[in-house]
Amino acid sequence: MAETVLEIENLRTSFNIKGNYYAAVDGVSLTVHKNEVVAIVGESGCGKSALALSIIGLHNAKTTKLEGQVNLKGQNLLSLPVEKLNKIRGKDLGMIFQDPMTALNPLATVGRQIEEPMDYHMKLSKSAKKKRVLELLEQVGIKNGPRVYKQYPHELSGGMRQRIVIAISLACNPVMLIADEPTTALDVTIQAQIMDLMKELQRITDSGIILITHDLGVVAEMADRVAVMYAGEFVEIADVNTLFANPLHPYTRSLLSSIPSNMTDKEELHVIEGIVPSIQKLDRGGCRFAPRIPWISEDAHEDNPMLHEVEPGHFVRCTCYKDFHFPEERVEDENYVTT
Amino acid sequence: MSLLNVKDLQVHFPIRGGFFRRVVDQVRAVDGVNFELEPGETYGLVGESGCGKTTTGRAIIGLNKATGGEVLFNGENLATMNGHDRKKHIRDIQMIFQDPYSSLNGRKNVLNIIAEPLRNFERLSPKEELTRVQNMIERVGLSPESIYKYPHQFSGGQRQRIGIARALMLNPKLIIADEPVSALDVSVQAQVLNFMREIQKDFGLTYLFISHDLGVIKHICDRIGIMYKGRFVEEGTAEDVYTNPQHLYTKRLIAAIPEMDPVKRFEKMELREQINVAYRTEYDSYFDKDGRMFDLKPLTPTHSVAVHQGGM
Repeated sequence: MAETVLEIENLRTSFNIKGNYYAAVDGVSLTVHKNEVVAIVGESGCGKSALALSIIGLHNAKTTKLEGQVNLKGQNLLSLPVEKLNKIRGKDLGMIFQDPMTALNPLATVGRQIEEPMDYHMKLSKSAKKKRVLELLEQVGIKNGPRVYKQYPHELSGGMRQRIVIAISLACNPVMLIADEPTTALDVTIQAQIMDLMKELQRITDSGIILITHDLGVVAEMADRVAVMYAGEFVEIADVNTLFANPLHPYTRSLLSSIPSNMTDKEELHVIEGIVPSIQKLDRGGCRFAPRIPWISEDAHEDNPMLHEVEPGHFVRCTCYKDFHFPEERVEDENYVTT
Repeated sequence: MSLLNVKDLQVHFPIRGGFFRRVVDQVRAVDGVNFELEPGETYGLVGESGCGKTTTGRAIIGLNKATGGEVLFNGENLATMNGHDRKKHIRDIQMIFQDPYSSLNGRKNVLNIIAEPLRNFERLSPKEELTRVQNMIERVGLSPESIYKYPHQFSGGQRQRIGIARALMLNPKLIIADEPVSALDVSVQAQVLNFMREIQKDFGLTYLFISHDLGVIKHICDRIGIMYKGRFVEEGTAEDVYTNPQHLYTKRLIAAIPEMDPVKRFEKMELREQINVAYRTEYDSYFDKDGRMFDLKPLTPTHSVAVHQGGM
């Protein structure tokens, strides 16, 4: 096995809501190796972005409680003071944000924004910096670098902006990259380009990547391993081929069947009943997905569900996967009223 | 008669520069687009951002001014009408916007949001208005008390339902849906797509479905037009376009759909690579000498491609 880059141990991120702390990320453990893409998938509200922001330490410290460990290069990021954390963030730990329209500063030129992390983490002369920026722009597939260097974000298309965001994250050669929905805001051909670009960059830089996404297509194309997240927990972890060939957890199977896939031509898409529970109302003792598959008998679930290793490297939470089937009649979906 | 007939639609934006900010050039956002929509069908406009698909939709509804061509809705040309005449026809065309987070006014409650089209077109007493809104809100699957809530109190899928409710309020004939599900999660997307299908039957709607997501387009659309640089490159039934793409650009778009089988991802990457090579070498043969795309040539009665007269 390749060298471990990032090790998350029993991470719990709780937010203060009216005086009480509620865990949005609830006991997550994950190891990312060098040159490995680990995808974290789930619906919005499942805690995947909260997890990303916990790793990089961008939660508001006043309202957030972080427990557990996030080890990068032998240091626990959670226990570091901000000054030390700032020496790591943007250097060893890069972040690609979801929305390139808002992640960039509209008042600064592209060149200025790519130089910013370099100013902070490396001591480079003005000309060396500019050279590095142009090099980065070329790496991320921008052809007329010298022109783009002087442009402002609003002058660029979405795909270009995302390339700039990626260039910024790569500026200081990170060992670990966190990409939070890097292709969500882009359209297909650009998405394909950015995916291919990230695969290419991963090969060059050797860094580990945590890819956060809700798009299983992106997962199938990019990930080496996949962790499916629901209500703050991982419900299934497997390598990418296993997950798509043999998905076990009811949530994974429901997600896969709700995609308007390009192979099947079903009239009706599968809709997962109900909504992702809010962290305040979550029943933390039982199977968290149980309320959304009410046709499965309660006996199928276990108390305090654990991740079971069903085959080497394939983990599934709770025992309900053994009895899971899709509902025969989907009449209840029709009458279902969201509140 | 077709419900909507777009003939040689052009939307050009002036580029100003030099002395006195004179018009020095034009951006040809939409440059000669032709298509027809039959009542009850779902027509998909696909393309990358910047290809003019949204501008086409906006020009049909009048949010952008068409600089040339005709937009015949029920036989009447909306493009050249003045505001007063337009108003009689325009209530039959409604729009669903992309981002349910920014297309709803955060300072208005749901009642005021959904009642707005009614207030623009009909004079109703507050009580009648309330009944209509309540009926609609139930129809789109939201709870009755939610009409006094504000957009931020809803999830993305629910907000999109509010947007749809607003569009349905005047019983329109044509709905222009501009990327209605691209801001949503897969399972919520499935919900909204199923729902849009359902109301299409119930309200007898015709959809102009604008999207970049070819998976969604394939799922929901009967016919598809592929746009590139303000013009159509290919038009056909979903089957034509997906199983037998003819234009290089269409092939490229279809190759860009993420492969759902991780085992085949390298094959897909190679296919993309091949098409990219073809794209670089053959690119010029798909344009005339002015750098403009050819007009659509029918291949079969349902399938047309923008290639040179002599074929490929």
